[in-house]
Amino acid sequence: MHYAILCYHSEEVVMAWSKEQNDEVMGRLEKIRQRIAKEGKLGPVARLLPTTAATTLRKDRDPPLILDGPFAETKEQFLGFYIIDVADLDEALGIARELGEANPGGAFEVRPLAVYYPAGV
Amino acid sequence: MAEIAWIHAALTSARPQAISALLRYFRDLDVAEEAYQEACLRALKSWPQNGPPRDPAAWLIFVGRNVALDQVRRQKKQTALPEDDQLSDLDDAESEVAERLDGGHYRDDILRLLFICCHPDLPSTQQVALALRIVSGLTVKQIARAFLVGESAMEQRITRAKARVAAANVPFETPGPVERAERLAAVAAMLYLVFNEGYSASGAESDHRRPFSEEAIRLMRLLLRLFPTEPEIMGLLALMLLQHARAPARLDASGQIILLEDQNRSLWDREMIAEGLALVDKAMRHRRPGPYQIQAAIAGVHARAARPDETEWAQIDLLYATLEHIQPSPVITLNRAVAVAKLRGAEAALAMVEPLERQLSGYFYFFGFKGWLLMQLGRSREARAAFDRAIGLAGSASEAAHIRQHIDRLMREHGQAEAG
Repeated sequence: MHYAILCYHSEEVVMAWSKEQNDEVMGRLEKIRQRIAKEGKLGPVARLLPTTAATTLRKDRDPPLILDGPFAETKEQFLGFYIIDVADLDEALGIARELGEANPGGAFEVRPLAVYYPAGV
Repeated sequence: MAEIAWIHAALTSARPQAISALLRYFRDLDVAEEAYQEACLRALKSWPQNGPPRDPAAWLIFVGRNVALDQVRRQKKQTALPEDDQLSDLDDAESEVAERLDGGHYRDDILRLLFICCHPDLPSTQQVALALRIVSGLTVKQIARAFLVGESAMEQRITRAKARVAAANVPFETPGPVERAERLAAVAAMLYLVFNEGYSASGAESDHRRPFSEEAIRLMRLLLRLFPTEPEIMGLLALMLLQHARAPARLDASGQIILLEDQNRSLWDREMIAEGLALVDKAMRHRRPGPYQIQAAIAGVHARAARPDETEWAQIDLLYATLEHIQPSPVITLNRAVAVAKLRGAEAALAMVEPLERQLSGYFYFFGFKGWLLMQLGRSREARAAFDRAIGLAGSASEAAHIRQHIDRLMREHGQAEAG
């Protein structure tokens, strides 16, 4: 079963991390990432650039409307994701819990995938 | 430890919003700063026990406001301060404050806080010091060290700058669109100064000033979140990111500046470059070009070249031509001539540069570049004269050393012929 772990956090807070703090968190996450990858349970992983770099295409009208900024103005922003291949929700939550210990603050949305094209073919 | 780091990041990120809201409320910078400080102390006590609040800025504004009001009351009546636990159950109150902190309001609050640091009577270094102290919360010690002055001297400067700012009476009413645009432009220019104080530093200063550039980038991202559709704000953030991406390659072991052409490009920060390029693309869509956007686009052309000889000089020439058109300046023409030299040779570049001599007679780069062009053309005697003037104008040992290398080359290649 494929799950997405969608990472939400206040980007203002994440942007205020010191370099040491950032490197420390990334180092801890990297260890977990490598272990899950070795177990063959890991799909693509991405960390997104700040929402200020985002552009939104509103396609509920014709022609679509292009807007600067993220789709939703929220207190916590969508900052990245992991795709994992696990047996069940418990295992997915276990991985999410572990990632959360390495990177406290914010929230993970753990959500099953409906369709998955791993390499875009 | 992890918790302390998290709290520190939350306090840092909430600071501009919290101080600017407290400033609107109390209309006094010192009171606002003290209230914020006090709120931070309480946060350090309360957050580890009760967990972090959902909205740190709203929490700090609420607590800071109550603390300052209590102090005012206490001064009047000598009544006791409330116990901490009276402030502990903040959830409802906090969300209520957060409700009222609608986007528009807090956008103008932060803009005002940044704008008061741009007072035109303040010399640029004082604008920078004030912004770093008030908005970013750097310590006086950090700022003093970066500007190579004593702590008490910097403290005095900041106090005087604050008095200046208070006397200026920046209005607290919501600004109209024209005034808002003017404030935004002034604030952007001030943040670019903060950035450059960090970016242009070399040698021993560079370590102490690096946080300036990072702070300017953080505040620019904040500004862009508040004004998400302003192409010049996108352009300036992009410019800062594309320049700062080169920081790891810009200084040699002794802290001297390495020229763009000689930098090890594999050290450039790819993530910053990606963000900068994305912002240039976003800004260009608006078709309202401005100086920051064009300079960012030029930095973007350099960033895209994996090796110096892959640089698209034709694009750079075109971009400088546009910049010359909207913001005529001899320095821009000089920069454009560098691209022209690469594209059409030294002769064409020299023809562009020579008419600038009167205006740029005190400019190191003018004579350095003119000498280099003359050297390419084999006019060594004139080249030597230009290099000598450049050395006389050099602002640092590394600039002078760089020109001396050219002179040495001249001597090697043409010296004998000249002598004979």
